[in-house]
Amino acid sequence: MDLVATILVDGLIYAGWLFIVSVGLTLVFGVLNILNIAHGSLYAIGAYASASLVGAYFAAGGDAFPYGSYIAMILAAVLVAVVLGPLLERGLLRYFYGRDEVLNVLVTYAVFLILEDVMKLIWGVNPYFVYEPYTLLGTVEMGSLFYVGYDFAVIAAAIIVGLAVWLTLNRTQTGKVVLAVIHDAEISQTMGVNVKRIYLGAFMAGAFLAALGGALTAPMISVTPGLGVNVVIVAFAVVIIGGLGSVPGAAIGALMVGISRAASVHLLPEAELFIIYFVMAIVLVFRPEGLFAKTQARKI
Amino acid sequence: MMRFSIFTYAAIGFVVLAAGAIVLPDWAMFLFAMALAKGLVCLGIVGMMRGGVVSFGQGLYYCLGAYTATLAANFLGVSDIFLLTLLSAAVCLVVGMIFGPLLSSYRGIFFAMLSLALSMVLYGSLSKMSFIGGTDGLNIGAPTFLGWAPEGRPLQTALYLYVVTIVVISGALMRVYFDSEQGLITLATRDNELRVEYLGASVRNIMAFNYVFGALLGGIGGTIAVLALGHVDPEFAFWTTSGEFVFVAILAGYLSVPSVFVAAIILELVRSFSNLYFPNTWQLALGIFLLIVIVALPSGLGSLVSRRKGQDT
Repeated sequence: MDLVATILVDGLIYAGWLFIVSVGLTLVFGVLNILNIAHGSLYAIGAYASASLVGAYFAAGGDAFPYGSYIAMILAAVLVAVVLGPLLERGLLRYFYGRDEVLNVLVTYAVFLILEDVMKLIWGVNPYFVYEPYTLLGTVEMGSLFYVGYDFAVIAAAIIVGLAVWLTLNRTQTGKVVLAVIHDAEISQTMGVNVKRIYLGAFMAGAFLAALGGALTAPMISVTPGLGVNVVIVAFAVVIIGGLGSVPGAAIGALMVGISRAASVHLLPEAELFIIYFVMAIVLVFRPEGLFAKTQARKI
Repeated sequence: MMRFSIFTYAAIGFVVLAAGAIVLPDWAMFLFAMALAKGLVCLGIVGMMRGGVVSFGQGLYYCLGAYTATLAANFLGVSDIFLLTLLSAAVCLVVGMIFGPLLSSYRGIFFAMLSLALSMVLYGSLSKMSFIGGTDGLNIGAPTFLGWAPEGRPLQTALYLYVVTIVVISGALMRVYFDSEQGLITLATRDNELRVEYLGASVRNIMAFNYVFGALLGGIGGTIAVLALGHVDPEFAFWTTSGEFVFVAILAGYLSVPSVFVAAIILELVRSFSNLYFPNTWQLALGIFLLIVIVALPSGLGSLVSRRKGQDT
């Protein structure tokens, strides 16, 4: 019984983190129709920025109010989105709208390569540690096991992010405009929607979510170069499982991947590295376009 | 007439490449051999690209071929390069024939991601198998050529000429395939799949065929690469390796066979020189180079030739 509970809790923690990263990826794909490999870099930059800001916060006497470090983490993610979002979207990606999907993947792959080195130039190659926010929330006892409270905070953050994205898309006017652009950018433009602004906004939101994922992870790990390489591929798997561009799909995908990975870690450690792709392959065998994909008309 | 011209082109290609065995210094010969081996893998991707799909997991066969050769050399004592190539090709053929029909109904990003998933499964499995080296990989000794066991420069030259021969033969065969009925149907699929189906051809069969060719070429490329390097590790199947193959295929475009190998050599040169001159920022240099290529040559190097000829095949 303990084992099942452990797998569930571990899976949920992993899924929460994964959802935050994946929902940004799926949002960007939905609106811009670009599968963004550089999402992984934004994640890594978010982690670095968060480590730096939290470090600076404590260096500047943040010990008096340690909870302020959480604000510093969110601020780091906002900073990444505000600086890099417009730079990448306006400066580069907008020239590739409507081009071949795979070509666009390569464009973002190039950006990914560039940002990998830019990170090394800014932050160097030595690891960064910021453990304070991780220990701040104490531990939670569940049965015979102890969990770090921070892990549950990540799950909470994922739920908040999911609700916020869903409510914004479905219950606000801006969200409806975004949905219209996803459906057909050209028609939306003729109806007077400022499509450019929606593209920029969606990309910045995606960048923020990637960076937030990184920022929340920073206290749990040592932030080192190459952080984004694996993240983006796992997030891809989640997004593909759920159906590209679908927010509920990303949530289900993250849950499936999170729980199956946790199960594999506890039951079959040899499979840990590839269980995610295995799940994805199984899903695609039965649902070739993912679980929540919209049906599309084919051109004859 | 057409067959004749292919022989002529193949002969010219062979002479030009083989001349490298005399003029190239050691470091460049190694680099060219690696580039040509990788070019074989990319040729397989180009074959699929002609049908409108791109495999982001060709590292699967590159790695599978390399490991097959290494395991055969280390555990079965096979050192003959011809035998090793045949073995790897056979293994990749079988695996390709299993996955080809499964993948043949996927298109676009789903085909790309599913092939990527397969290669990552191999990467994950190999990393965890400590009895064959885990993430450290394995070493492989120098190959022999029908009993002849050269060392030093002669070994490098022999290996280089071997890869040149394979490149020329597979290049010519692929060209013949591209111009065959089936190859032209592939090209038609790229434009509109449904029309091809309505005309009575099976798109799935063709996609599966192209995939199997890609698997075969990937395995041969991997075998030669591991013999040139002397070492294999699971990184051969990692997604960044496959990403480079796709990049070469995009750089080459789907119009011309020789441009695939030219593109592979260019990438290898850019990588080693940026490694040399910007040791800490070579990825940055590579990324910028990639972007420039995508912006300047959206249809690949091959389009330069056909644009001049004034044709658009």
